[in-house]
Amino acid sequence: MSIENLKTFDPFAEADEDTGETKQSQNYIHIRIQQRNGRKTLTTVQGLPKKFDQKKILKVIKKKFACNGTIVNDTEMGEVIQLQGDQRKDVQEFLIDKKEGLGLDAKDIKVHGF
Amino acid sequence: MPPIQAESPTERKPRKSVAFSEGATIVDTDGQVTESTEMNGRKTSAESHAADADKDVDEVTDMFKDLTKKKKKKSSKTKEGEEEGAAADGEFDPSALKKKKKKKAPKADTDDFEARLAEAAGDKTEGDAASAEPVEEGDMMKGTGLWQHDKTAPISYNLLLNRFFTLLHSQHPDLASSGGKSYKIPPPQCLREGNKKTIFANISEICKRMKRTDEHVTQFLFAELGTSGSVDGSRRLVIKGRFQQKQIENVLRRYIVEYVTCKTCRSPDTELNKGENRLYFVTCNSCGSRRSVTAIKTGFSAQVGKRKRQQG
Repeated sequence: MSIENLKTFDPFAEADEDTGETKQSQNYIHIRIQQRNGRKTLTTVQGLPKKFDQKKILKVIKKKFACNGTIVNDTEMGEVIQLQGDQRKDVQEFLIDKKEGLGLDAKDIKVHGF
Repeated sequence: MPPIQAESPTERKPRKSVAFSEGATIVDTDGQVTESTEMNGRKTSAESHAADADKDVDEVTDMFKDLTKKKKKKSSKTKEGEEEGAAADGEFDPSALKKKKKKKAPKADTDDFEARLAEAAGDKTEGDAASAEPVEEGDMMKGTGLWQHDKTAPISYNLLLNRFFTLLHSQHPDLASSGGKSYKIPPPQCLREGNKKTIFANISEICKRMKRTDEHVTQFLFAELGTSGSVDGSRRLVIKGRFQQKQIENVLRRYIVEYVTCKTCRSPDTELNKGENRLYFVTCNSCGSRRSVTAIKTGFSAQVGKRKRQQG
């Protein structure tokens, strides 16, 4: 049996060391938006749980939201899904949706942007 | 006594709304109307007229009490029993303050026992009519009658509630309205510079208002908007990309929720400072709570525009 208090875990350790990231920093999924040229935008989905196959997710999303997209392999953030256009709402609903989506917890998802 | 029996059915009426009972309380002993509450401003004039008329009626006869709206008189103390009963009855009728008041104790004791029982024994703690009478009329603002400091008579919930809101409205109108925060910041002023940049003109003013550093707010804005920018000569913020005032406002609102308002007491009067270990803490000045807030992280930002600095 393990004693909780005796674990050598530093709660003040730098969170974004990327190893600690997955463990303690609540594994938020960030949905962001970026402006491109003109009135075009880009949506990024960062921090999807590893248990999902990003490629498959992307495929479904692309079909569903009628947009193009790609998976970017970022050195820090791991795999990030990039989508064309402002898909924040769609993606959020998709991630939460239990039946047709991933059925994630709405609390884990953070939508950024204006 | 007959009046009382006649009255009893009417007294069963359901309580009137708060506003109604409030109207009743503002009539003074001599039929004068005091403007103690702002809520019922529209009522007062009518009541003052009615009050005069009612007084006469009282003295002459109590037969019509049911028909006329009588204002309660504090002076009734001095009157003989009959008068008192009449006055009392009349006053219940219109105001229907609360069921508690209804039975005048002395009479009820003698002839109307079961009615009194129905009243629920607790209600009737006031001894006799004489004391019961003024009780109703006490001016809550002046602390007379029922509201006297050393009065031990129980005050009904409705009256207390009434007083609470009256006081609240007169002393702290800002609290009463909306119940929400009246925390206001000036709306962000957004200008377009050229075609691709937005100038956030009054950022320093807003930051001063929130007691946060420009840098922190700027950092947050850039992280949220997924863009970058700079500060120009007159301390205005130049943001790359086109943004409307509404959008900036949304982001600022999120900033305030996250980094300004105290999560415990919702007060915006807080300070943000760096604690040990590079963590930021928000300290509330009104409730003293201290809470760590997440550092601003930009996260992943995709490559937009030219690809020339592709890591090569």
